[in-house]
Amino acid sequence: MITERDVEHIGTLADIAILREELEEFTTSFNKILEYFDILDQVRGEGTGEEGAANVFREDEVITSLSQDEVLSNAGETEDGFFRAPRVM
Amino acid sequence: MAGRTLSFHPDDRFHAFLRTVPDPAFGEGRLSGMPVAVKDNISTAGIETTCASRILTGYVPPFDATVVSLLKKEGAAIVGKTNMDEFGMGSTTENSAFGPTKNPRDETRVPGGSSGGSAAAVAAGLVPLALGTDTGGSIRCPAAFCGIVGLKPTYGRVSRYGLVAYANSLEQIGPMAADVPHVNLLMSVIAGYDPKDSMSLDAPYFHTPSMDVRGTRIGVPEEFFGEGVDPRVASVVWDAISLLERKGAEIVTCRMPSMAYALAAYYVTCMSEASSNLARYDGIRYGPPVDVKKPWHEAFQERRREGFGIEVRRRIMLGTFALSSGYYGKYYAKAQAARQNVRKDFQRLFTEVDVLAGPTMPTVAFRFGEKSDPLSMYLSDILTVPANLAGIPAISVPCGKVEGLPVGLQIMGRWMEDERVIDVAYAYEQGGGP
Repeated sequence: MITERDVEHIGTLADIAILREELEEFTTSFNKILEYFDILDQVRGEGTGEEGAANVFREDEVITSLSQDEVLSNAGETEDGFFRAPRVM
Repeated sequence: MAGRTLSFHPDDRFHAFLRTVPDPAFGEGRLSGMPVAVKDNISTAGIETTCASRILTGYVPPFDATVVSLLKKEGAAIVGKTNMDEFGMGSTTENSAFGPTKNPRDETRVPGGSSGGSAAAVAAGLVPLALGTDTGGSIRCPAAFCGIVGLKPTYGRVSRYGLVAYANSLEQIGPMAADVPHVNLLMSVIAGYDPKDSMSLDAPYFHTPSMDVRGTRIGVPEEFFGEGVDPRVASVVWDAISLLERKGAEIVTCRMPSMAYALAAYYVTCMSEASSNLARYDGIRYGPPVDVKKPWHEAFQERRREGFGIEVRRRIMLGTFALSSGYYGKYYAKAQAARQNVRKDFQRLFTEVDVLAGPTMPTVAFRFGEKSDPLSMYLSDILTVPANLAGIPAISVPCGKVEGLPVGLQIMGRWMEDERVIDVAYAYEQGGGP
């Protein structure tokens, strides 16, 4: 059983705020969905990743990419050609 | 003759489009002057691309997705961006942050999803061709519900470069149109190798559909007609399979035991991938900006709460949970084992038969609000997710009606045999299908 406290914790891990009034609905739906996922307990064997997929190497050649202006064109705030972000500390 | 433009002013009463381009340019080529609608999770340079999410409101990509470049190279006119479930998360298009799309066949019903806008635009006759994306059925479900044709290509055959990522190991861009020849035409334009997609296959698609199915072995897994499948839908689909038999195909009933775990495996996988992919929405590089004066986590959490809809937040959180320490083995690792079993089942079946057939969806189009419980909506994807788990091609082609609503026949083929699923669908379409 997932509790409301667990859901709040997952929200913090995922960096998604949850409003008080949303907690109950998320908790109920999480429990219902996770209960369905329990069917996976019966699965035997291991996942072996992409069969037949091979690593593809290429020469490390410089090619044209987006300009700095293009990359910054959708940013909320920029400063001296950089993104402005909230403070970390 | 470069520099020509089209006039595009559709009567969009079903809300198929999130935005249209009134005078799109077009050039010379195989699609010269043909209007093409593009799902809103595919990047279009200079045209706002939101994935039907508030968190990308105002985002104008500085580049075209590879498929869009290919369309333009063949002269197509990009006429607009179609509505969808937010980030592709849904099977009804009701999860769009900008309001649902209506089903042109019955306005009280959903068009299916998540590529519901693309399917509705084609079904309403607004465009002859549309691009959709299919992570667990998002092309085939709306194609079935709206009575059009939609192909999920073999994983890797169409470049994902410029597709806004949701679940990388499952999703493919694919063609949607009113009939098989148009789907075939659009597929021939968008398929091909792209060094910008690390999973891209060097397998261009040049094919003329054949309606000759004599000797084709069609497998029909019992599980595709199991619990939850409306018996009236099952009966219409069996009639379609019988028609193929009369045209010379051989019908073989078979079993696919891994189906029991396919849906859970699919949802654990796509949620896990989504939780990682959607971490990029921080309000710093694109979308409505964060308040940079606030501390990082506070600003970030607030922006994401406001920007994402309920279903997107649910999937990000469940994915985070499934990947978290102590639960990874129970959920993600088991899901990958189940996925492997689905692949093995298909491999075994495809040594005995050439294609597999069944219904695309267990029912006809839902009424609005009918699938408000998330798990009950997930369960409706049971017949489409296996093809994504295995990376094989699958098509939905209209095969009749139940109470006036379209039913889709799904044909799945061997890895890299997109041509064969096209042929079987074409044989049905040309063979006196509705």
